[in-house]
Amino acid sequence: MKAKLLAATTAAAWMAAGAAQAQTELTLCWAAWDPANALVELSKDFEAQSGIKMKFEFVPWPNFADRMLNELNSGGKLCDLMIGDSQWIGGSAESGHYVKLNDFFAANDISMDAFVPATVTGYSEWPKNTPNYWSLPAFGDVVGWTYRKDWFERPEIAAEFKAKYGRDLVAPQTFAELKDIAEFFQGREIDGKTVYGASIYTERGSEGITMGAMDVMYSFGFKYDNPEKPYDMAGFVNSPGAVAGLEFYKSLYDCCTPPGSSNGYMGEGIDAYKSGQVALQMNFAFTWPGFEVDPNVGGGKTGYLVNPAGPDGERYAQLGGQGISVVAYSEKQDAALEYIKWFAKPETQAKWWSMGGFSCLRAVVEDPGFATSQPYAQAFLDSMAIVKDFWAEPSYATLLQDTQKRLHDYVVAGNGTAQEALDGLVQDWTTTFEDEGKL
Amino acid sequence: MPNPLDTAARATPDRIARKLRGLSDRAIAWAFVAPTIFLLLAINIFPLIWTIRLSFTNFAANKPNAEVKWVGLRNYERILTDPDIWQTMQATAHFLVWTIVLQVLIGFTLAWLINRKFRGNDLLTTLIVLPMMLSPAVVGNFWTFLYQPQIGLINYAVEFFTGIPASSFSMLGSVTLAPWAIVIVDTWMWTPFVMLICLAGLRSIPDYIYEAAEVDRASPWRQFWTMTVPMVLPFLMLAVLFRGIENFKMFDLVVQLTGGGPGDTTLLSSIELKREAFEKWRTGYSSAYAIILFVTVFGLASIYVKALNKVKER
Repeated sequence: MKAKLLAATTAAAWMAAGAAQAQTELTLCWAAWDPANALVELSKDFEAQSGIKMKFEFVPWPNFADRMLNELNSGGKLCDLMIGDSQWIGGSAESGHYVKLNDFFAANDISMDAFVPATVTGYSEWPKNTPNYWSLPAFGDVVGWTYRKDWFERPEIAAEFKAKYGRDLVAPQTFAELKDIAEFFQGREIDGKTVYGASIYTERGSEGITMGAMDVMYSFGFKYDNPEKPYDMAGFVNSPGAVAGLEFYKSLYDCCTPPGSSNGYMGEGIDAYKSGQVALQMNFAFTWPGFEVDPNVGGGKTGYLVNPAGPDGERYAQLGGQGISVVAYSEKQDAALEYIKWFAKPETQAKWWSMGGFSCLRAVVEDPGFATSQPYAQAFLDSMAIVKDFWAEPSYATLLQDTQKRLHDYVVAGNGTAQEALDGLVQDWTTTFEDEGKL
Repeated sequence: MPNPLDTAARATPDRIARKLRGLSDRAIAWAFVAPTIFLLLAINIFPLIWTIRLSFTNFAANKPNAEVKWVGLRNYERILTDPDIWQTMQATAHFLVWTIVLQVLIGFTLAWLINRKFRGNDLLTTLIVLPMMLSPAVVGNFWTFLYQPQIGLINYAVEFFTGIPASSFSMLGSVTLAPWAIVIVDTWMWTPFVMLICLAGLRSIPDYIYEAAEVDRASPWRQFWTMTVPMVLPFLMLAVLFRGIENFKMFDLVVQLTGGGPGDTTLLSSIELKREAFEKWRTGYSSAYAIILFVTVFGLASIYVKALNKVKER
């Protein structure tokens, strides 16, 4: 009897020790990109303060959604913390993948008013515009443009542009101006190399062309649905303005991109810009710190630009970025919440920004010194004020894949018209919402 | 010399041996194959039956708590009347037919040439089979660069030989060229496989048959058509079967090269199926799609294997 008792006690002690051991290690899942590396560095402070060891699981962007949504949908316990894409919030909230954070925020004096409003709506709320929070805004991101300031400032190029267009060669304020500049640079010889107008998103497989085309179409009048009647899409998705926006995007692809740009997203854009192939580049703001330190395009050679305005002066930009959530299947939720509490601290957020992380905390971005802290800081700030995001519905993946197909088919493959592409999109989305029981 | 069966019997522990002694040969045979059969049932047959069941529902694997409704044949009807699905079937058929035709022609020719005795034969064979040893992801990346209009070797070669400017066309971005671009890459990668099978066939033909034919003054052309081709045909048909099945489920290489684009030009059935199942999470719908593809492949393969057996009997 004594032996059995001893064995049971030993087993219990082992299990307790094992649990304690497991409690001290948290796994954070995110995309494999520069900000993730910065977060690894930043998290060393958390490890030192809390004694909790951090492990990281980073997946390259093209496979990020696939891999992580599989993980969540299968109830996997790999991730304790997830920095998931903004569009996942609806599905993850409704399917119970994320822990609701309202009570935790209230208990720890974390106020969502302290964060940039667009990031709270985009990354944390579900349903949108209701005070139901499923994540803490972690990384603010938005599509913007970079341009070769050093080329723009060359006297011979500037003079030729002025002679041709009757205005100075400066950062474009409208999409029409942007296209003129892109056309002007297309095929031009600079320093003995042929350069091209602009790098834009055209990727087919995941979300590339949708992020790019939407970024332009918003400012031409595209809307996801009737503001007065949710899911009423006809006349909004395929409005004359939206059609004009899509036609513009195709014309930009046809006239002004480097040859072979039929399947390019963030990585290809970075390569094209850093290698001196293009004068203008569409990309998410997270890429900007990397340009500043690049020997070819850094050190003042690059200018940063908020998305230009459409024909009626409307100006919007595609939201990127993510919030950090606690995975509901994690057995270490307390430790994960501890990490979020630490991450929300103003001093952590200030350090996050200084390391290349795009903080969403107002105390950081509204600091008087913020706008001048980096050459791209003002453009980031202005861009975050005009963001719109893709559907964040539980069925977002279906909506996204239908969009990818319609847009790529028109813009890159050149099949049909913009009107047909957007009419088709209304049909696809309507079917999806009917299947979801929302129509 | 001791009988190996006796040795094995002696090595069997007494406890098991006592139990087996009371069993018939048939029962012992079943005892040996049962674990394999059980595994096959568990990992092949059960999922197949489960997939068939799901194909008649609206089940979505990402919504395990949602009500699962029986939808009858609706999924099948939607798939078979969807023009986009037929477009992917066409793209798959184009890829399948042309890769097989080219791989058989080039593979057989290479095997026929390699089969001759010449210096450096072994080295050349090793070099030829290198592509099939590479990972499809590596090959996809590698050819993406080769097809790059500004720096790619392919466009440069086309410009060199035809004068068409390298930057004026994109193999992967053009609706006309992209389907051929993926055929070329797959042919480059897998022709060596067909070549090896053909080579095995060619080397299995005894020399005395050719010697007899020469005694009968049969021309080399006649020897080729009446002896070489019929005797290699079963091997060739086997290679076609392997390549056909493999290419019907082609995924990685094409995703790497084009992602299914431009538009849907190179969207093969397996890529579309994966998107439906694991991106859109339409599990019921994708199960029906998988069953349709399974029936298609199984049906075609069965007919083909019958033909193969007839050729072997001749």
